[in-house]
Amino acid sequence: MDDLLVFIINNYNYWVALILLLTGLYGMISKNNLLKKVISMSIFQSAIILFYVSIGAKKDATIPIIEHGHNSHGADHAVIDVANYVNPLPHVLMLTAIVVGVATLGVALALIQKINQVHNTIEEDEILRDLQE
Amino acid sequence: MSWDASFLWQFNVLLLLMVVILAVAALSVKDLVAAAIIFGAYSFIMCLLWTEMMAVDVAFTEAAVGAGISTVLILGTALHIKRKSKD
Amino acid sequence: MKLLAFLMTFSVGVLLLIASLDLPDWSNPESPASTHLSPHYIEKSLEETSVPNLVTSVLADYRGYDTMFETVVIFCAGITVLIMLRRTFMGIEKYVKPRPKRESADIILQSAVRLLVPVMQVFALYVVAHGHHSPGGGFQGGVIFGASFILLAIAYDLKVELKKFREHGVLIFSVVGVLIYAGIGIVCLLLGGNFLAYAAWAKMLGISELEAHSLGMLGVEIGVAITVMAIMFSLYADLSSSGDLDEGL
Repeated sequence: MDDLLVFIINNYNYWVALILLLTGLYGMISKNNLLKKVISMSIFQSAIILFYVSIGAKKDATIPIIEHGHNSHGADHAVIDVANYVNPLPHVLMLTAIVVGVATLGVALALIQKINQVHNTIEEDEILRDLQE
Repeated sequence: MSWDASFLWQFNVLLLLMVVILAVAALSVKDLVAAAIIFGAYSFIMCLLWTEMMAVDVAFTEAAVGAGISTVLILGTALHIKRKSKD
Repeated sequence: MKLLAFLMTFSVGVLLLIASLDLPDWSNPESPASTHLSPHYIEKSLEETSVPNLVTSVLADYRGYDTMFETVVIFCAGITVLIMLRRTFMGIEKYVKPRPKRESADIILQSAVRLLVPVMQVFALYVVAHGHHSPGGGFQGGVIFGASFILLAIAYDLKVELKKFREHGVLIFSVVGVLIYAGIGIVCLLLGGNFLAYAAWAKMLGISELEAHSLGMLGVEIGVAITVMAIMFSLYADLSSSGDLDEGL
């Protein structure tokens, strides 16, 4: 029982990221409305970002800004302990991912508006029926 | 985030639960404007989650981009198309 | 159909769950993500670039190439939306559906926005300039700046806002941002270093190499902020009026 509790505490963050990923994936596959598909894509992307950021977390660590760093410009300063700071590398990659995600969202929404102008609807089955006529 | 802190892990579990509920709700409501607003709330709670994990730059960007720009863009599109979706 | 989708998603979930059993424990300092390259970034960043914010120093100095292409991606997305939606040919009145005219009775919103927008813009400039010492940087400041223009366009009408910040100016700003970033890199090439190796600026400006790193990072963050600001407003203007730029939300 103790083992199971330790196992759950060590991994539950990843499981929630997994549930969000599956929610986004299910929405992208099975929803009929195109705007719901785009919202699911955005949920999927933020689930991935949650996964990466939780990989970089560290126990008892603080934010990745070195304290008392602006007092000396390259002069002597205290020894920096690696275990005191959260891993900054996943944060950098995820910054890029968030901004590219919003650019993709803009293009997807422009496509939806264009489809709406041509077919007058954004439900997928109605568009398919419109295309076959 | 450390297990010695008195309240932090309950906060984490609560935020994660809210995130899952909001994500499922954003996909199930029939009104598209409501889906856009729930998506904005989802972005905000994600930002809080990342602040709690000490990722302050990511949280700052998500608060500005996800809860600000993304929600406004989806809302702007939802007001140009039929507001009621079939599923 | 929905049952099939649910089964597919469930099986993907089971596979990923089995794969996640091998992941290192959450918040373990010895996990492989934190032991190979990031100790170098954490320990050496202050003495090689003199910037305390580790995320900004990795983003703009160690991985500056990726950030440049990210800026180009944002620029391309803004141009794509412009190409797809914007209609300016003659006889466009046949294609535009008439929308009900909205009476503007929102004096509270307009007064509040007039007080809020200057504060937002000064805060955005502070976030860009202070990105070396506090959370922030180019992207965050640029998005806040663009959001201030979007706020003005929502409170007043989009046409009123476009009289102040014309579409012409928006496009010029977005190009200028990318050119600043690439220009800093090309000047480093011309001065004898590698592309985006900021130490090459030290001889020309007469400062130490450490300060050249810091100033180079500030320059590229300004470029990123200008592009992001212009493209965020351009995305809003095109999407909320369906390309016609006549009436906003």
